[in-house]
Amino acid sequence: MLTRRAVILGLGGTTGAVAFMLGLGWWRSRPEAQPSAGVLPVPFGEMAFTLTDHRGNQVRPTDWLGQPTMVFFGFTWCPDVCPTTLSDISIWLEDLGADADRLNAVMISVDPERDTPDVLADYLSNFDPRIVGLTGSLAEVQRAASGFRARFEKVPQDADYTMDHTAGVFLFRADGHFGGIIDYHEDRRFAVPKIRRVLD
Amino acid sequence: MKPIILSAFLALTAVPAIACETVTAGDLTIDHAWSRATIGASRPAVFYVEITNAGAADDALLGIATTAAGMPMLHQTQVTDGVASMPHALSVPVPAGQTTALAPGSYHGMLMRLTNPLKEGDSFPASLTFQNAGEVTINVEVLSMRAEGPTCSHAGQ
Ligand SMILES: [Cu+2]
Repeated sequence: MLTRRAVILGLGGTTGAVAFMLGLGWWRSRPEAQPSAGVLPVPFGEMAFTLTDHRGNQVRPTDWLGQPTMVFFGFTWCPDVCPTTLSDISIWLEDLGADADRLNAVMISVDPERDTPDVLADYLSNFDPRIVGLTGSLAEVQRAASGFRARFEKVPQDADYTMDHTAGVFLFRADGHFGGIIDYHEDRRFAVPKIRRVLD
Repeated sequence: MKPIILSAFLALTAVPAIACETVTAGDLTIDHAWSRATIGASRPAVFYVEITNAGAADDALLGIATTAAGMPMLHQTQVTDGVASMPHALSVPVPAGQTTALAPGSYHGMLMRLTNPLKEGDSFPASLTFQNAGEVTINVEVLSMRAEGPTCSHAGQ
């Protein structure tokens, strides 16, 4: 908790968020995809990717315009960070009550190799049913991450692999503009008011 | 990263009270051992636990063994510039006079090559090896995939 508290305090304000995003402006796996302008996630209207949700529907970022949206990057082979984030999001949605129905809650898989729409559907059935899982080709996932200034990287583990990935939850206002980040496993006393700010 | 100090956050989610086992080894008291259910056996599972060191000497958790997994390891989730990774941890410090938690987002046991899928309500034994206190075995409760920690029926928290 000490470390986490330090992170939360360090990123409390806009300055902290900007400093945080500066750290995300670097893309190891695909440097040519790194956008030149700005370090914050671009608005949905300027993102360009097409992914498939866990029910088989095609989703583009412009589909989210008109509703506040929260997005995080994860994968279903992830035992620690991702179930914790999905559990946190499920709790936040319950805390928000009926207001949460106006919110898009999205997980983008950084492991499209293993996370097919069916695999995502099976996994997400354990969490709040309003959470939508997205997957697609690696190229489209990279385009999505690029727009969010998020990073992910495949890392060998045992005979298999795991994924390092940006762990915060991105918040966007209904007009599609970036509205803040909830840090990994942030206390709900901070997280829920941050979400309410993009809901208003 | 410093060892996580015991706090109330493990009790945030209301889950059915279960009779969590408490075991002792020398100055160490070990309890709240839990894991999350898995889909199938090909995905890795986690192991979380709390270790209270009431002694005057520091100890360290060096390793974990269990029949539930062919390749259990100690990991430490780290978030650097917003990016989460979970490198192998050679040991977990268990300082004197403190409670150290293997907990979501921090140190955890990474249970790779599961023998069987972990189902909510199941339990399995895990043996922990400490530098000073030696080996101790505890029963691990499998909670739901969205659990954030156990609610034990004893007065441990
Ligand atoms: Cu791990």
